[in-house]
Amino acid sequence: MQISNSYDYQSNPATKDTPWVRLTFIIIAVLFMVIMLVVPLLAVFYEAFKGGWELYIASLVDPEALQAIRLTLITAAIVLPINMVMGIAIAWLVTRYHFKGKQLVTTLLDLPFSVSPVVAGLMFVLLFGLNSTIGGWLESMGFQVIYAVPGIILATLFVTFPFVARELIPLMQTQGDSEEQAALTLGATGWQTFWHVTLPNIKWALLYGLILTNARAMGEFGAVSVVSGHIRGETNTMPLLVEIAYNDYNFTAAFALSSLLAALALVTLLIQQIMTKLQDHKFAKSERLISAPELPVSANDTVTESAGKS
Amino acid sequence: MSIEIRNVNKKFGNFTALDDINITVPTGKLTTLLGPSGCGKTTLLRIIAGLEYADSGQILFDELDVTNTPVQKRHIGFMFQHYALFRHKNVADNVGFGLTLLPKNERPSKADIDKRVAELLDLVQLPQVANAYPHQLSGGQRQRIALARALAVKPKLLLLDEPFGALDAKVRKELRTWLKDIHHELGITSIMVTHDQEEARAVSDEIVVMNHGRVEQVGTSEALIHHPANAFVSDFLDLV
Repeated sequence: MQISNSYDYQSNPATKDTPWVRLTFIIIAVLFMVIMLVVPLLAVFYEAFKGGWELYIASLVDPEALQAIRLTLITAAIVLPINMVMGIAIAWLVTRYHFKGKQLVTTLLDLPFSVSPVVAGLMFVLLFGLNSTIGGWLESMGFQVIYAVPGIILATLFVTFPFVARELIPLMQTQGDSEEQAALTLGATGWQTFWHVTLPNIKWALLYGLILTNARAMGEFGAVSVVSGHIRGETNTMPLLVEIAYNDYNFTAAFALSSLLAALALVTLLIQQIMTKLQDHKFAKSERLISAPELPVSANDTVTESAGKS
Repeated sequence: MSIEIRNVNKKFGNFTALDDINITVPTGKLTTLLGPSGCGKTTLLRIIAGLEYADSGQILFDELDVTNTPVQKRHIGFMFQHYALFRHKNVADNVGFGLTLLPKNERPSKADIDKRVAELLDLVQLPQVANAYPHQLSGGQRQRIALARALAVKPKLLLLDEPFGALDAKVRKELRTWLKDIHHELGITSIMVTHDQEEARAVSDEIVVMNHGRVEQVGTSEALIHHPANAFVSDFLDLV
């Protein structure tokens, strides 16, 4: 962390604590981070590579593993755009309109967070299972939901549903709708307003919501486990296959797949970091371009050198 | 462009925001809607803009009924109290935004847009901030950029919602003198909302005093001072 103002830093009473108090807090924080985050993550990679590169690669190109990787990616690829559109729509609805039952919508939005994923999976089994009315009818149409890919996608959609909207709602509430109104008065259509004004204003929160959605969609175990049926080579996602491999004492495969999941998470975090840096860079650049902060209003001599620069 | 407001009513639930409003705003003049907060002046301005719709009544621009015309097609300029500049666009892109939205056959070329933006920044006396972002400017500068943005599309009507409300007293006074000068220079029909009677008297050609969703009196600053129609007007204008 960079201290932007050294005076603020010096006048902060927390910086005047005795060295041993500071040291104790630093040690506790660092130890906790290391034990809870760093060591487990390293352990996964260590176990995965213990048998050497060849074994690691071999356990990933195994047909069952490949199928699980493919299913996980397909699920994320379908869930991500749907939840992006739905998340934006819900955030828009909640922050831009007043209607009866708005509180109910906001509360319902938290349901996937508060319901246990296993229960969520069971709900879909009860609704779309072969013994249910809807499930039976769909089955007679030749469309299987439970113990098949559609069920996995439904369950993943459910558990990742709130992430985007939850990120957007507080931001869109603070930003208000005056910029959108300004765009309308300048002649923008609804779509132009969304594309040129709303989306650029929410893009970072949206991206963060999508990163969370993606992480959960790829990593979800409970809900998917209930609806998948664990059909080998067909309905196993990566987390499910990790458990199966582990229970089969196939530790290299289990940790190889785990390391891949962990690597996907690390990559998404890295992308987020890079994008934040780019954004800061853009503002810093324009900061250097303006020199005088406040200018006289009525004076005629405000045409400065930069005006003729073109 | 002359504006006519005929029998306009607006309710929010049980609250009557506007009660049978009838006003005519003459071409090329700066008219102020003056009144205490909650008197309906901002609601009326937003109905004229098309950001809000009246429950009943008509809005006419140059005798043309625009009551059901959406805001995008009314060709107005609107200034918001809190500037409402696009925070992710730099000043030049903010000012040029309205021009880039025009349909292909009417849209000026990139070079013409740049030229028009430069002219407008000269008009508001801020040619050097073209590449800055709104958060890097002071409040007074932001509001001047907001005016440049509103004027870019050459509106026939300029609507100003408490344009100096968020600024400190000194900048307020400077800006209102400046606004009056620009209004004289361009001669664009303008309607401004304010709760500040001193501000209204300083800039307006004509003042509409409002209270509880009704028009109390319409007239020049002089007329209001010398012949206040009732106790509310004389009280609100500090004439007692």
